Amino acid sequence: MSLATTDIANPEAGASKPELISPAVDRRIRARQLTLLLVLLLGLVSLLSLTTGASGTSLWAVLQDLLAGRELSTMERVVLLDIRLPRLCMGILVGASLAVSGAVMQGLFRNPLADPGIVGVSAGAGLAAITAIVLGSLLPATVQQLVGSALVPLSAFFGGWASTLILYRVSTRGGQTSVATMLLAGIALGALSGATSGILVYIADDTQLRDLTFWGMGSLAGATWVKVLTALPIIGLALATAPFLARGLNALALGEAAAGHTGIAVQRVKNIAILAVAGATGAAVAVSGGIGFIGIVVPHLLRLATGPDHHSLLPNAALLGATLLLAADMIARIIVAPAELPIGIVTAILGAPVFLWILLKRRGGLGI
Amino acid sequence: MTQEFTLQAKGISVKLGRRQVLKDVDFSATAGRVTTIVGPNGSGKTTLLRAMTGEIAHRGKVRLNGADTTDMKPWQLAAIRAVQPQNSSIAFPFTVLEIVRLGLSAGLSAADSTVPLQALEAVGLAGFAGRMYQDLSGGEQQRVQLARVVTQVWEPVVDGTPRWLILDEPVASLDIGHQFTVMDLARNYATRGGGVVAVMHDLNFTAMFADHVVLMEAGLIAATGTPFEVLTDETLARTYGCPVPVNTTPPAQIPFLLPQARIDLAARSA
Repeated sequence: MSLATTDIANPEAGASKPELISPAVDRRIRARQLTLLLVLLLGLVSLLSLTTGASGTSLWAVLQDLLAGRELSTMERVVLLDIRLPRLCMGILVGASLAVSGAVMQGLFRNPLADPGIVGVSAGAGLAAITAIVLGSLLPATVQQLVGSALVPLSAFFGGWASTLILYRVSTRGGQTSVATMLLAGIALGALSGATSGILVYIADDTQLRDLTFWGMGSLAGATWVKVLTALPIIGLALATAPFLARGLNALALGEAAAGHTGIAVQRVKNIAILAVAGATGAAVAVSGGIGFIGIVVPHLLRLATGPDHHSLLPNAALLGATLLLAADMIARIIVAPAELPIGIVTAILGAPVFLWILLKRRGGLGI
Repeated sequence: MTQEFTLQAKGISVKLGRRQVLKDVDFSATAGRVTTIVGPNGSGKTTLLRAMTGEIAHRGKVRLNGADTTDMKPWQLAAIRAVQPQNSSIAFPFTVLEIVRLGLSAGLSAADSTVPLQALEAVGLAGFAGRMYQDLSGGEQQRVQLARVVTQVWEPVVDGTPRWLILDEPVASLDIGHQFTVMDLARNYATRGGGVVAVMHDLNFTAMFADHVVLMEAGLIAATGTPFEVLTDETLARTYGCPVPVNTTPPAQIPFLLPQARIDLAARSA
C-alpha cells in the first residue's frame, strides 16, 4: 500500500518539507501593519478633534502660545481642558467599547449581524439607565450616597447583562445560534425596553425629561471628566478581557463542542464574553446614549481587510471604533454649526447602508 | 509492569428525550490500533462517541490512558485527544491555514509552526493554505478539519504516553482516492503508537483498516473482535436486516470493486 502521500510517520522521508508560510497567505502580518496604521490615524483624528469646535480656539494657536511660553487664556483653557479634552477621551472610550463589544458579541453568537445595538442589548442597558434616572431618588439615601454618580452606569451594566443573557438563552440551542431567533428576540427586547421607557417618560419630571431626551439621540456633547472617570474603569476592565477572549472566540467559530475539544473552557469564555459585552455596552450607553452601528460596521470592515482572527480583530476594532466615532463626532459638530447634530444620526446614516450591504451579500448563503 | 494505554468506557447509558439511545454499553480501544465503531443508522455509534468525548450527558465512566475524563480540564484533554466533528460548518471567513492553526494552540506541538502545513499535505491539501474555508467543497472542508485535528495531536506518542484521534465518519463525503488518503493517515498514526477510534459507515474500509471492530445495534454492542470475526455473513445479515455476503464473488455480469486488492500486508507490518 502506498504511503507516499500520507507519510506522517517519517516527515523527512518521502514528501518534501513544506515551505514557510508566505506573508500573502499569512494575514497576521497585514493585521499587525494595520494596527500601526490605525494608531497613527487615531492620533491624527484626535488632534483634529481637539481643534474643531464652535469656539475659535485652535490647537495650533494654543501650541504656539505654549511653545512661546505664554500663559493660556482662561477661555482657551476652559475650551480645551474642560470641554474638548473630556469629549475626546469619552469619544475614544465609547467608540472603542462599542466596536469591541460588537466584535465580541459577533464572536460569541458566531454571526456578523449580532450587535448590541441591533439585538436589544443597548436598549436593555438604556432602559436600566432611564429607570435609574427616574426612580433612583426612591432608593434609600444611604444607597444613593454609596453608589453616587455610578448608579446610572451600574444600572446600564446590569441592564445590558440581563438582556445579553436572555438573548443567548433564547437564541442558542445545543451550541448553535439561530440567527432568525436572535434578531426576532432582539426586536422583542427592544420593543419591551421602548414601551417601558415610554411609561417612565410620563412619570419623569422636567429635569429628568431633559436627561431622557439625551438617551434617545446619543451624543458626546454631555462629556465631563466625571463621566469619563466613571466609564473608564468599567470599559477598561471589559477591554482588558480581550486578549483572553481572542483564543476562545476563534475556537468558538468551530462550534461549541469542537471548541471544547481544542482545550477551551467554553462556559467560562461565554460568561466572560457576556460580562464584557454588558460592561462595555452598559458604560457606553450610560455616558453617551444609544449610538448605533459602530459595533457592526467596524468589525465587518476589519474582517474584510485582515480576516476574522480575534487576536488582531479585537485591538484593531478598539482603534478603528475610536477613530470612526471621533470622525462622526466632528461631522456632527461641523455640519450644522454652530448647532450640533446628535452623533447617533451621523452613525446611523453612515452605518445603516453598510448593514444592508452585509445582508445583501449574505443573502442565500450561511443560513440567514 | 508495562502499562497498556486504553480508551475505556463502562456502563454508558444515554437518554435523548424519552428514548434510551445507549443501554449500559461497555467499550474499549487500545492505543496502537485502529478501532472502528460500525452499525446501522440510529444504532448509537455517534452517540457513543459523543458520550465518550463528553459532548452529551450520560451515565457511566470514561477513562482515557487510565484517568477519569471527568476529572480532567479541557486543556488537559485537548493535549492528548483530538476530536474530528461530523459537522464542519464554520462562522466567519477564515482561511484554511487559520482553521488548521486552531489545532496548534491546543496541543503540545505549539513549538513547530510548520505542523499545519505538513498536516495539510498529509490530508492531500498541499497548496490550500491561503484558500477561504467557506469556498471549499464539503469533502475538502472535512479534510481541513482532519488536518486541524491531526495538528492538535501531531506526535502520536509524547513522553511514552499515546495520544488519540477520535474521528466521526472521517471518510463519509470523500471520493475513494481521498478515503484511502485519510484511512492511511489513521492507520499510520496507530502504527506509530497513537490511538485511533473512528465511527465508520463503510464496511469495506473497516475490513481494510481496522484492527478491532465494535458492531452496534439498537443501542447495544452486537459484536466485537477483529474484522475477520465480526464481519461475517450471519452477523451482518442479522444486524443490518439484509443479506451482506462476505468474500463472495458476484455474478459475472456485474462489475465489482475490490479496494482490498491494493493492500500489501507485508508493507504494512514493515
